[in-house]
Amino acid sequence: MKITRRGFVKGAGAATAVGMIGTPFIALGASKKVVVVGGGTGGATAAKYLKLADPTIDVTLIEANKHYYTCYLSNEVLSGDRTIDSIKFGYSGMGKHGVKIVHDIVTGIDAGKRVVKTKGGKSFNYDRCVVAPGVDFKWDTVEGYDANVAETITHAWKAGSQTVTLRKQLLAMKDGGTVCICPPTNPFRCPPGPYERASQIAHYFKQHKPKSKIIILDPKPKFSKMGLFTQGWKDLYGYGTDNSMIEWHGTPKGSDDNVLTGIDAKTRTATTGFNEVQADVLNVIPAQKAGKIAFAAGLTKGDWCPIDLHTFESTIHKNIHVIGDAAIAKGMPKSGYAANSEAKVCAASIAALLNGHEPGTPAYVNTCYSIIGPGYGISVAAVYRLAKDGSKITKVSGGLTPKDASPEMRAREVQYAYSWFDNITNDAFN
Amino acid sequence: MAYTTIKKALIGALALSASSLAFAADKPLMMGASAKMLSDTCAGCHGTNGASAGPAIPSIGGLSTEYFVEVMQGYKSGEVISTIMGRIAKGYTDEEFTVMAGFYAKKGFVAANQKFDAAKAKKGAKLHDKYCEKCHADGGTAADDDSGILAGQLVPYLKWTLADYRAGDRPISKKMKKKLNKMLKAKGDGSIDDLMHFYASQK
Repeated sequence: MKITRRGFVKGAGAATAVGMIGTPFIALGASKKVVVVGGGTGGATAAKYLKLADPTIDVTLIEANKHYYTCYLSNEVLSGDRTIDSIKFGYSGMGKHGVKIVHDIVTGIDAGKRVVKTKGGKSFNYDRCVVAPGVDFKWDTVEGYDANVAETITHAWKAGSQTVTLRKQLLAMKDGGTVCICPPTNPFRCPPGPYERASQIAHYFKQHKPKSKIIILDPKPKFSKMGLFTQGWKDLYGYGTDNSMIEWHGTPKGSDDNVLTGIDAKTRTATTGFNEVQADVLNVIPAQKAGKIAFAAGLTKGDWCPIDLHTFESTIHKNIHVIGDAAIAKGMPKSGYAANSEAKVCAASIAALLNGHEPGTPAYVNTCYSIIGPGYGISVAAVYRLAKDGSKITKVSGGLTPKDASPEMRAREVQYAYSWFDNITNDAFN
Repeated sequence: MAYTTIKKALIGALALSASSLAFAADKPLMMGASAKMLSDTCAGCHGTNGASAGPAIPSIGGLSTEYFVEVMQGYKSGEVISTIMGRIAKGYTDEEFTVMAGFYAKKGFVAANQKFDAAKAKKGAKLHDKYCEKCHADGGTAADDDSGILAGQLVPYLKWTLADYRAGDRPISKKMKKKLNKMLKAKGDGSIDDLMHFYASQK
């Protein structure tokens, strides 16, 4: 049985409540072990905030890689405004909070025995487990595309070597060339990302390859921050004119006009329901699903992981919580800040549960900046509350940068975007 | 102080709505999050415990509760101009501003490590003593004067805030307006730059 706030309150009156609802509450002084699987923004934040909430909790973070490259602001690496090293983060900062770091690949989670198993042959027992696996790609949705082809036809949707490869391709491209970006269908990690990517590549072209073009073949009729992006493209990149650096081709509802069906890696050709584009640089961002371990551990329903929105505990396996892009956090987007915010709600809930308390009222926020060009920043923000019946994370305020924001305010948003980056990465990894 | 009067009127008006009915939503919402839960939502942008890593978003750890609540209410009503804060402030009740202010007041203010020109900072120190010290006590380090902390605050934020005051985009007290005008008249626009170097120099 899954523990809910109401379930807990009902049972809490009786002294035998713990036994009644069959949840392994741990008495004070007993072991409080949490294993966090995945060291992206969500996982790292959860590990740190568990320690901040209760230093007596034994927290182990298991992550395959020694470094994490943030997806956020990786588009600035493509324009050359930022180095790849500036989006690279290690885990030594976690140590000072007392988080144990293990670099290994988690291959399975035994929800019954509460054991995490790794490729390296190790087992880790837990009282509660946090799974933050991020996204995996649905390669089979695009004919001719897979992880091997992605070495040359990048997705660059997980930052790092992919980002560097795409940057090199842009550098090598001749002036007058064409870049074709194929964004995924909803839902996917970082909804404004493909359009910020187009903006940052245009920013690079404007300085160095002004005869070049970016074609976006979008399977959707509209996209995140669409009004602000198109306004920015008009202001900076001639959008809507014959000389527009960026062309966006959407897909009306019910049509397959620009739904990518296949690619030819050799000729760098993208084929959609209606169009065929031969590009000099092809960037394919495939449709997405929860990261591998979520499937291996049986935490998914469809492509993503259903959870209790109050505690982020899986509704399939108890004592396992899923946060970040992989979770169905009804009402919140798949963004870095959302993962950071969800991690804090999850950590607070776990700390409460491990100490025999009822999880407190959650509070969630998302803020997300996009940089369209020099001195041209836009943002979206939202503050959320949980519906009392637990059915939805409900937006209570927020919204977009106003369309009529002054150049001064747009310039400030760029500096705030850089501050956002410095602070969220410190908040998660330091 | 005109601003304080407006603020008090606002508190009165909003107190009535500061409950679970504070937000328009199709379903009733769970309210009553703890100080830490509410305050941790700020940390992704303002830094863990409100200590900002910069370069522009201000540190909020160590601010006085009075100042914190006043500015948040200003963002919420739109009286204080902002990029994103107006949109965010509307998501909290006035009671929650007080709760978050209490959380951050207990955290230490962490001065940012910023570059500065020593000669300008020296000039700025004198300007501060003459024109600012009376309200922003102890070189702008004190929180208990209920003014914003200046010493070690992120300079881009200080510059923009001062520009907003001058443009009439942020309510300014009569005293501050008088002092600021006096300084600008006597020392010119360069005096603001000197002041900024002084605040950046304080660690």
